[in-house]
Amino acid sequence: MSATSTATLDRAARIRAILAAVPDPEIPAVSVMDLGIVRDIDSEGRSVVVTPTYTGCPATAVIERSIREALSAAGLDDVRLISRLDPPWTTDWITAAGRAKLLAYGIAPPPASSRLREEAPACPRCGSLATEEVSAFGSTPCKALWRCRDCAEPFDRFKCH
Amino acid sequence: MTPDREALFRYALRLGDDSLVLGQRLGEWCGHAPTLEVDLALANLALDLIGQATHLLGYAGEVEGAGRDGDKLAFHRDVLDYANCLLVEQPNGDFARTIARQFLFSLWRKGLFEGLCDSTDATLAGVAKKAVKETRYHLRFASEWMVRLGDGTQESRERVIEGLDWCWRFVDELFEADEVTRALVAAGVTPDPAGLRAAFDAELDAVLAEATLQRPAARRATVGGRAGRHSEHLGHLLAEMQFLPRAYPGAVW
Repeated sequence: MSATSTATLDRAARIRAILAAVPDPEIPAVSVMDLGIVRDIDSEGRSVVVTPTYTGCPATAVIERSIREALSAAGLDDVRLISRLDPPWTTDWITAAGRAKLLAYGIAPPPASSRLREEAPACPRCGSLATEEVSAFGSTPCKALWRCRDCAEPFDRFKCH
Repeated sequence: MTPDREALFRYALRLGDDSLVLGQRLGEWCGHAPTLEVDLALANLALDLIGQATHLLGYAGEVEGAGRDGDKLAFHRDVLDYANCLLVEQPNGDFARTIARQFLFSLWRKGLFEGLCDSTDATLAGVAKKAVKETRYHLRFASEWMVRLGDGTQESRERVIEGLDWCWRFVDELFEADEVTRALVAAGVTPDPAGLRAAFDAELDAVLAEATLQRPAARRATVGGRAGRHSEHLGHLLAEMQFLPRAYPGAVW
């Protein structure tokens, strides 16, 4: 492998590592990589494609700024940030690691596939499947409010999208 | 602008204005809704709609090519230049009327966005694919409340009947065709507005049946929003919404 291609490979890998440490502003337990907000990093590390999660999510602008700042702090000012809408973001893009982190944080992750949207989530505290929706909308655009009938605790569920 | 671009500009403006005005209206419930959960829900609907407006008005500005961005179009246009449908500018009324308005709007919008997913215009298709998922969620929320209110207490039932009756006169406008839509339908940019009516009616009847309600009596349609002929209510809404950027031009956070 030539010296140049090693350098460019390193650059894309570096970007990946940097973005894996950029938290979501609303749910700091997960990164923008975990959530599937970063859609693509080109192989030469020249551009990053991001996608908004919910159309009206106020965090969208903050996320782009955080990414930009993290790249700048690592001396990567020249990386182009591209926002792409289509195909639309779906919770199917949240990684397995991201789902595990959400659960550990107390948020029931969305089902592995959006085809399973009607399935009730397990309570993130006691694991019971006897859960019910309290409100289809919660504290942020990505969450709904649920309640566990066994341990009686309310919890957030990441909406299936 | 060529006639095609002009039609596209006006169409994106209409869709953006629908979202913006209804988003602003729903925002008025913030802190006033019957319960905390409903307060959060209505604010979330508003947020989705304003997000759609950002995309749609931004695109309208791009198509127009006269240097107006989404904010400029939202905050520096007067009431006669707004092209939203009359349904969305109606005052909130009580909770039941707000729900009836949301139900009718989301039901129409879902069909429209589903059609726009196949638009020959890539930007409109992209926005539609994203927005249709949120719109389905809004429709589910509004439909459940239609059933709960209609098949609820005598009081809730009377109120939702009254709310639906109030909103009904503004429904025909949603399916109206004019020179803008005709040009765009021919170019495959938008679905034929009238063609969306049958599916709308079918789903409407299904939800109303579950809510033990009936379609309101037919009445003469009130139209004109697309051409800038609005009710007095829109001017008051804009006065509040546009105050800050007009009083302090160039203000930023």
